[in-house]
Amino acid sequence: MAMNGDTILQVRDLAVSFKTYAGEVQAVRGVSFDLRRGETLAIVGESGSGKSVTAKSLMRLLPEGNSEIKGGEAIFEGQDLLKLSEKQMQKMRGPKIAMVFQDPMTSLDPTMRVGNQITESLRKHLRMSRRRANERAIELLKMVGIPNAEERSRQYPHQFSGGMRQRVVIAIALACDPKVLIADEPTTALDVTIQAQILELLRDLQERLGMSIILITHDLGVVAQTAHRVAVMYAGKIVETGTVREVFYNPQMPYTWGLIASIPLPTADRSQELIPIPGSPPDMLDPPKGCPFAPRCPYAMKVCTQEMPPYTTFSPEHRAACWLHHPLAPDVEPPIKVEDRR
Amino acid sequence: MTGQNGGSKNGALLQVRDLKKHFRVGGGATLKAVDGISLEIKRGETFGLVGESGCGKSTAGRTMVRLYEPSGGEVLLEGKNVHAASGEEGRRLNRKMQMIFQDPQASLNPRMVVGDIVAEGIDIHRLASSKKERLDRVHELLETVGLSKEHASRYPHEFSGGQRQRIGIARALAVDPEFIVADEPVSALDVSIQAQVINLMRRLQEERGLTYLFISHDLSVVKYISDRVGVMYLGVLVEVAPSEELYSNPVHPYTQALLSAVPVPDPDAEHERERIVLEGDVPSPVDPPSGCRFRTRCPYATEACAHEDPVWREVGPEHWVAACHCIS
Repeated sequence: MAMNGDTILQVRDLAVSFKTYAGEVQAVRGVSFDLRRGETLAIVGESGSGKSVTAKSLMRLLPEGNSEIKGGEAIFEGQDLLKLSEKQMQKMRGPKIAMVFQDPMTSLDPTMRVGNQITESLRKHLRMSRRRANERAIELLKMVGIPNAEERSRQYPHQFSGGMRQRVVIAIALACDPKVLIADEPTTALDVTIQAQILELLRDLQERLGMSIILITHDLGVVAQTAHRVAVMYAGKIVETGTVREVFYNPQMPYTWGLIASIPLPTADRSQELIPIPGSPPDMLDPPKGCPFAPRCPYAMKVCTQEMPPYTTFSPEHRAACWLHHPLAPDVEPPIKVEDRR
Repeated sequence: MTGQNGGSKNGALLQVRDLKKHFRVGGGATLKAVDGISLEIKRGETFGLVGESGCGKSTAGRTMVRLYEPSGGEVLLEGKNVHAASGEEGRRLNRKMQMIFQDPQASLNPRMVVGDIVAEGIDIHRLASSKKERLDRVHELLETVGLSKEHASRYPHEFSGGQRQRIGIARALAVDPEFIVADEPVSALDVSIQAQVINLMRRLQEERGLTYLFISHDLSVVKYISDRVGVMYLGVLVEVAPSEELYSNPVHPYTQALLSAVPVPDPDAEHERERIVLEGDVPSPVDPPSGCRFRTRCPYATEACAHEDPVWREVGPEHWVAACHCIS
């Protein structure tokens, strides 16, 4: 996996821990991926899998004091983001990498007019005049689909609905024309009809502006709808990654199988029983020595509890970490396929 | 929309007639959270109530189990008006109707051990004659929901989200209810845990003949668990139909848009789908649009929609819709 010309961000062996009273929580334990120009890479996983921590480490937005980047690198335009000083990092956030958070209310300043929240970064990073910045803010509000942009730019966040607030947050993130947009559960707090609007907006903006998107989500439906490639995270590791079609139609490890079998599909027959994944995710204070999914895995073998499986590669994009692909392992088929449930 | 009727008269455990719940908000305004819904829930069935935030689905559910006094209309359980009951009769009704809440963190008292949380209903209704019987019932309930006896002496914070939701279910079952309102019971849980809780609820229904009102914004989950589904928008029902029928043949423009907005975890199907993306947001329930409430976002709206109230009409077997000009 050498860095090819298309790769805009290369993350290798990222490891992040948090210090708590109970001990060290190993939230991210060696995550590697590439992000290409103009693509959407989805990082999917359940709560505590380390997906948001991965995103925040790239933005260097982890809480100071109790968090520590234990290792790895994140190469963006020849620089390792993990080694930059706060001052250098401030020049990256906005014009290079921007982030959209889950809750649009807490990511906006309630005491500041919406327009000023957009012009803030324009004036600071792009050194625009007040007048030019105001014009640009209104342009941006129009671009993200806010009607009466001029009037709305003078209003406060509480005067906006949830969906409109998320549009404002996206406008702020896009203000300095970033190369990479990290969207952390951007639609989780929104209703489905509003979610559809925001996902369509992101897709449309990506086509027009050519930015790369890292989409963090727990919703496989959102992944299927918007992403080109997907990385499945479990207990701080990427357990499977590939194109969206590869991972959904030809998943290669039991956790991915379990995720697919446990979601109710609106198209599926009601009489089919959902196949839940038994148990719950491991305690990251003391993560399992071997494969983290082994304690919940119906196919677990002795080796699974002793050693983390290596990645097996199935195509240029598709790889998964599972001992079932060892030549000596038994042949196992996934319990249910997406196609079977249509 | 008065005179709605969401089902047959036969075998109805719960009848809701023109139920209204209004809240007074600042400045003398009234928020019409639920504004005249009628439906019937049959014994042993699961009725799903879906809609977006603010549509009134939770308020409707809470009013049905007597957590709110209605502003109009009535709720009958086995023919008895639940809001007219008081004293001993009220307690008897409370025993028959229970609720499971969305947030298992906020709905369990952090200072009580799980055994006491589960036994609270048993104590209030004096269902155990001795300490031993009380403890035996708690142990049995915990095992029924997939926990173990040892959990009775622990506190809620020692459990994961899915386990806490199981405790909430055990508490609801403790008084041997007939009707359970489950308000977004799996929304706070991860998918792998969601399926565990859904399967548990289905199993309990089979074993105990429970009747559920299942409230959720997640249309896939609702379809999976419900026999019939009602779709709410701005305080009113716009469509009620058997689950399969509603999803394969949605008639109301709002139901159609809502279903088309749900992303399906199937990339090829996603790319082929035609999505109806609604414009704008849900209007305020303080001052809902006149005529058809959906008209401000409806792709088929005409001028007439502002003054013509939709008519509640049966368009197929057990398939009811708030019909306007665009539904023939």
